[in-house]
Amino acid sequence: MIERSAAMTQDPTMQHQQFSAFSRLLHWLMAILILAMLFIGIGMVASFGDYHWLVSLHKPLGIAILVLAAIRLINRLRHPAPPLPAAMPGWQRTAAHASHVLLYVLMFALPLVGWGMLSAARDPIILYGALQLPPILPHDVALYAVLRTAHTVLALLLFALFLAHLGAALMHALIFRDGVFESMASVESAKK
Amino acid sequence: MATDPGPSARYQLPSPRDKAALLRLAAIGIIVLVIAVVFAAVAGWLSPHALTPTRIVDAFEQANGPHPGFRRNHSKGVCITGSFVSNGQGVRLSKAVIFQAGNVPVIGRFALASAMPDTPDGPKVVRSMALSFRPADGEEWRTGMNDIPVFPFAMPEDLYDLLVATTPDPATGKPDPDKVKAYFGSHPKTAQALQTIGAKPFSSGFANASYNGLDAFRFVAADGTVTPVRWSMVAVDPFVAEAEQAPSADKNYLFEALGQRLSQGPVQWHLVVTIGQAGDPTNDATIVWPDSREKVDVGTLTIDHMESEGPGNCRDINYDPLVLPAGIEGSDDPLLSARSAAYARSFTRRAGEEKVPSAVQLNETAKAP
Repeated sequence: MIERSAAMTQDPTMQHQQFSAFSRLLHWLMAILILAMLFIGIGMVASFGDYHWLVSLHKPLGIAILVLAAIRLINRLRHPAPPLPAAMPGWQRTAAHASHVLLYVLMFALPLVGWGMLSAARDPIILYGALQLPPILPHDVALYAVLRTAHTVLALLLFALFLAHLGAALMHALIFRDGVFESMASVESAKK
Repeated sequence: MATDPGPSARYQLPSPRDKAALLRLAAIGIIVLVIAVVFAAVAGWLSPHALTPTRIVDAFEQANGPHPGFRRNHSKGVCITGSFVSNGQGVRLSKAVIFQAGNVPVIGRFALASAMPDTPDGPKVVRSMALSFRPADGEEWRTGMNDIPVFPFAMPEDLYDLLVATTPDPATGKPDPDKVKAYFGSHPKTAQALQTIGAKPFSSGFANASYNGLDAFRFVAADGTVTPVRWSMVAVDPFVAEAEQAPSADKNYLFEALGQRLSQGPVQWHLVVTIGQAGDPTNDATIVWPDSREKVDVGTLTIDHMESEGPGNCRDINYDPLVLPAGIEGSDDPLLSARSAAYARSFTRRAGEEKVPSAVQLNETAKAP
């Protein structure tokens, strides 16, 4: 392995396993939803005319992401990610693993903090029409204030993490060319 | 690492001689940067002079001074509770559970439309009634109403400009009269609305005042029919006009009178829905609808209890006008979303601040016998 990896571009031995089709579907669906959520969230708090309809979108979308995150975590535990190329330097592997753990934590934390802060504010959590979720925390405005700040801080952290994730993915695709990007981005069926 | 092309050589930045790889690297940087810049633009970070909920709440604080812990407007108030008994007349207009014949608990708030929590009660201060209807199915309805026939502002910008024009000059401690005059010159709708408001006498108290929702909404019936509406809480207590001068030196005389009125018995209002017709403006709260519009009395509000603001009562509720049950929807009135946004900002600020007791402290909670 060590000798092979010194050879550069389009080295067939660098092709490694893909994520399963279901994992890739979940990844890209959530990528779209989470990116949309971040833009809706940061846009609605600065808006008058669009505030209400954006909030009305933000709540059900957040709950959808929470449900998908749970499905994704179960799927990930049952179908672990393909191993990273052995030649990847240690610090890059550490960064990759740490950022993925943090992405998973935030996929759960942001919707839960959002749900919790609406509960603490005693605001209804309306999904659609008459469909509402129950509160998960007691009415407590001081608690709301803390969770509201946490929601913003965590969302900005998630956006920064998304940029790093995108940058790293493109580095794998265009500079390292080691098959890591293709393991998630390829539409081909998984290699046997 | 630099001298020995070891196993990790693939994972280093491209050599300066590899122009194609450098271009690809630059492309990655540009993609990430463009997304970050679009995000900053959507967040409003690149347009600091655009009017946002944060800026309008800042303007309230600048015009009225900082009053941490309190609502940024309608700051002085009391909590009320009671119930709403629907007569079933609203069912043909809206499928909201609240309009089916029956009884729904209500938690509300009376306040002065002033941004100073210690403002003295007075004959010319607009009064407000905010209500949260809480039916058993959990679909809450919140509404904030004022005892004026029209709202002075069609757009949030109109309100913001007035706050700026009336912010005290640091030199004199008073608003600059020229700026105020210039404001009304450039905002004829507001000037006209204030004339309409001034032409109608105020009532002498909270209990005999009628409160208007001002903004238009849409009622949606079970068969999907949509009706443009406005609503009012019309006092059962007979109207008595307010005196020119405050009848008492007591800074809280209006709230004290409400407590005394409650000690004699519950106070009631009829919820009257006005049905708009084609051509009636639904997007401009500064314009009244013709008096001839059909009005439907859909039920009776009974308030029998009043208490000072405190933890967990009306103090900690955001009376957002767009907290609506299925069957009531916002109209195209731009003020609705703007109120929702600004109230949320005000609520978030005061939620995180140390609480100061309300200026209205009742010796004991007033309760109807």
